[in-house]
Amino acid sequence: MKKGRSIEINRRSALALLGAFGLSVASNRPLFASPEDVEAIISDITSGAGAPMSDFYLDLPEIAENGNQVKVAFEIDSPMTNEDHVTEVYILADGNPAPSVAKFTFSPEMGVCAATTRMRLAKTQDVYVLAAFNDGRFGMAQSTVKVTIGGCGG
Amino acid sequence: MSSIKPRGKVPKEASAGEVIEIKTLLRHPMHSGRVKDAEGNNIPKNIIESFSVNFNGSRIFSVNLEPSISSNPYIVFPFKVSVSGTFDFLWVEDTGQEYKMTKKITVS
Repeated sequence: MKKGRSIEINRRSALALLGAFGLSVASNRPLFASPEDVEAIISDITSGAGAPMSDFYLDLPEIAENGNQVKVAFEIDSPMTNEDHVTEVYILADGNPAPSVAKFTFSPEMGVCAATTRMRLAKTQDVYVLAAFNDGRFGMAQSTVKVTIGGCGG
Repeated sequence: MSSIKPRGKVPKEASAGEVIEIKTLLRHPMHSGRVKDAEGNNIPKNIIESFSVNFNGSRIFSVNLEPSISSNPYIVFPFKVSVSGTFDFLWVEDTGQEYKMTKKITVS
């Protein structure tokens, strides 16, 4: 499997952007999700426990010229045995109309916990990868993607 | 909807213990329900909701897809092979329509 570069956590640009858009969004029907929506989903998945930041390998572009097709790949270190494996991985995005992007369900038979897909990003935002392990642990990684041309139409 | 066609790449042969990479793509518009056509009419939501893979009859991997997944959903995942067998791929649309593909692998 290809290993992506390790991503540093950085929410600053997303928060700055939210500040700029905050007023216009608040006065209308909410068109985009917010970091609070993502936090609520994470809280829901982890039954309120939250997920510690972990050093998962994420492969996401820093800048996406076309928000319609943004490659997202992840690889999570796990022995993938019956005793110790990743059960689910969620991809969440805090600036799309809906924060949930995909949920992957893994089995120990796979041997390696990794996957690649392509997602739409409406604007510059943070993308989160949340993993659930069979022993009830969770882990999370996050990356900011700057989007030049948004990908949710309208 | 005859244009919707599954594609996949699975190695024909592998050695036991090898981790192979499986690539899949389904030609599908993944209409999010938020886009208007040229006349300004809303294009109704029409997406692939789930993708699942069985190997020799047992589930090894599945994905729940939301409208934020790009058109022509492309999914790549690893699999550690130990025996020869058959992969059954299944995509399910929100209309209930199913798309299927089968691939075989010989493990030595």
